[in-house]
Amino acid sequence: MPDDNNRPQQGRKLDLAVRSALWLGSLKGRRDEQPKGQLVDVLVAKGRIVALVPAGSLEVRAAREVDARGFLLLPSLTDVHVHLREPGQEYKEDIASGLRAAAFGGFGNIMCMANTRPVNDTASVTEFMLEQARASWPGGPRLFPIGALTKGLQGQELAPLSELRDAGCKAFSNDGRPMESTELLRRAMEYSQDLKRVVIDHCEDPWLAPAAGVNEGEVSSRLGLTGQPDIAEAIQAARDVLLAEYLGAPVHLAHISCAKSVAVIRAAKERGVDVTAETCPHYLTLTEDEVAGYSANAKVNPPLRPRADVEALLEALADGTIDMLATDHAPHAAHEKDVEFDAAPCGISGLDTALAVTWELVRTEKLSFVAFVRAWTTAPCSRFGLPLNGFAPGDPADFVLFDQEAHWVVGPQTMRSKGKNTPLLGRTLRGLVRAHFLAGKSVLDKDTAEA
Amino acid sequence: MTTRPKRGSPARANVGPERKDAAMQWKHKDLLDVSQLSADEVRHVLATAAYFREINSRPVKKVPTLKGRSVVLFFAEPSTRTKTSFDMAGKRLSADTFALAKSGSSLSKGETLKDTALTLQAMNPDGIVIRHGSSGAAQFLAERLECSVINAGDGRHAHPTQALLDALTLSRRWKGEFSGKTVLILGDIAHSRVARSNVLLLTMLGANVRLCAPRTLLPPRPDTWPVAVYSELPQAVQGVDAVMCLRLQLERQQAGLLPGLREYARTFGLSPRHMALAAPGACVLHPGPINRGVEIDSALADSAESLILEQVENGVAVRMALLYLYLTRKSPDAAQSGIPA
Repeated sequence: MPDDNNRPQQGRKLDLAVRSALWLGSLKGRRDEQPKGQLVDVLVAKGRIVALVPAGSLEVRAAREVDARGFLLLPSLTDVHVHLREPGQEYKEDIASGLRAAAFGGFGNIMCMANTRPVNDTASVTEFMLEQARASWPGGPRLFPIGALTKGLQGQELAPLSELRDAGCKAFSNDGRPMESTELLRRAMEYSQDLKRVVIDHCEDPWLAPAAGVNEGEVSSRLGLTGQPDIAEAIQAARDVLLAEYLGAPVHLAHISCAKSVAVIRAAKERGVDVTAETCPHYLTLTEDEVAGYSANAKVNPPLRPRADVEALLEALADGTIDMLATDHAPHAAHEKDVEFDAAPCGISGLDTALAVTWELVRTEKLSFVAFVRAWTTAPCSRFGLPLNGFAPGDPADFVLFDQEAHWVVGPQTMRSKGKNTPLLGRTLRGLVRAHFLAGKSVLDKDTAEA
Repeated sequence: MTTRPKRGSPARANVGPERKDAAMQWKHKDLLDVSQLSADEVRHVLATAAYFREINSRPVKKVPTLKGRSVVLFFAEPSTRTKTSFDMAGKRLSADTFALAKSGSSLSKGETLKDTALTLQAMNPDGIVIRHGSSGAAQFLAERLECSVINAGDGRHAHPTQALLDALTLSRRWKGEFSGKTVLILGDIAHSRVARSNVLLLTMLGANVRLCAPRTLLPPRPDTWPVAVYSELPQAVQGVDAVMCLRLQLERQQAGLLPGLREYARTFGLSPRHMALAAPGACVLHPGPINRGVEIDSALADSAESLILEQVENGVAVRMALLYLYLTRKSPDAAQSGIPA
């Protein structure tokens, strides 16, 4: 947070000044849960925040002046769970298109899962990913690969986790493939702890209707689809927190979708277990009813749940039981989803829509601004050791100018991701990223708010 | 010899059913499940089918009603009786029917359902009858094709023509009166599209429906269905007017849903001793093919209470009625082909 002692001195050279942005957070130590906001200027030098000051309060000129026109100022979001499909399935998404979707979606840091082809289970794959990111967009959103927990994600032998960490992996996960062997998961958590890395577990019982893509309940019963019960997730979540507690090791639970898992996590946190968890925008806003017309774009693993689970997740995110948001961005090609429900792959493309969808929760007062910022920035960055902009002097100048009033229709043209697979296709969302600065540099093309 | 047709010639008068309700304009393009139909529309289908039953009893069982129209029978799952029934229904109405099976079709070469459908569409059929192993496959086709799509069974979801032929069979038995009647559906409800469509249709027509199955073969959340659920057959069968047995797929045992066929037959196999507990005159139905001695006692299947063969007979009539209604809906040349408006 800004501090009077770190005011820019007269004569110090500013590279960027963004004028008249709407800031809803606290300034000078004030703390409001749902503040009305005030206009501020963001002052940046050498890619870092110099100060956040009331608009027009400092008479300094920067090398580059930007008029924010009252757009909302947000720190760049961090997404700890995306699938970028490169190497191997570039027709679904590649690192360049994924980064582009991230930039326009308001994300400055993204962590990509290891289920590429080949799997990210060796340093050479990690290095390839990082090189593709640098080559496709220097200065663009930062890519942080997640290393495979087991070789080939097969769940049989540990991947070379030390090598993966040194190559740049920020966490380890078998995401997409449940860890069947509790013994191997135990060893992976122990080994990762030595490496100061958190294991991210995809909680899914491998025998209870795996990867069904639809919740077991009234809807699946009526449609004649094999549904997956919520306990398939909660049983594994319970195993994981007990293991973490026993070992005194950290664990992060991916894409939590149901009330029963929330209860497991809440109880574990009360006992002091080092567990964090994420949920996704679709679990907070959509229900199993989306599947009713056999809509393959609503087929996702874990599946969309009934309304009561949505309510429980919102409450858990508000009180911090669920620490953070992540998209589980899972792009697929149009033809892969244009098949009968059984044959469709699971997954929702989320980078383009996540900010607008979750901002709607703030607008409708289901989520506080403070919880929103925590869930998209502080919690993920501190858990995984990623650059964080808290708008304190010296923080990386990663921020977004967000037009709260812009309406846009989700569609193939408005989405930057190659994956257009979302149940929101054709729906109107409110809120659009007008400008995005990373390390003080504008990363969007021409359609920015530059003065 | 006169070449001039006589007024009200039998050939002309008998090619289509007499409409009791002249206002019934068939408005549906596709038949995906019975839930799309109103009770009046169901009764209209049954009345139309009753008319076609009469044609099926003639020495020459063929009318020119659908002459020049083509129907693709697209069966991506093995089927004998449903496919034959549709084939016969189409041919008796003089439609050209073309069968396409999964093996030997490009589906087995990895072509997607969408591409197979578009290829078929390009051949301009008037209707496609589809049987597919995936729930929702019929709807998938219907949303993408201009021609009528008739669901001949999609996964576990729906089998509307079976439910309609069952309703015709019961309607004839009960002289059209379903209210106050109770039907027990017995067996593998969880995996049964026949059960799903029948629950919807029988309750729509005013009957009470009971389900009886081991819990492993019930759908999740049966409490959301308009039925009463029983786990013991002797209680379930008390006073019912009809029992509908479902086929038990033999692979349910391997899936861990059943200890074995012998135990299933012992607990849930329908026998004359159970029928003694049912209402007087109660009847037995089965969509076929039956596993004698598993879900139904062999002698019971052949008894007077068994309507299994009448179901088959009614199946042809119901499918004739459906092909007629769906393929002549808002047809511009309906008048020329002599179909009463």
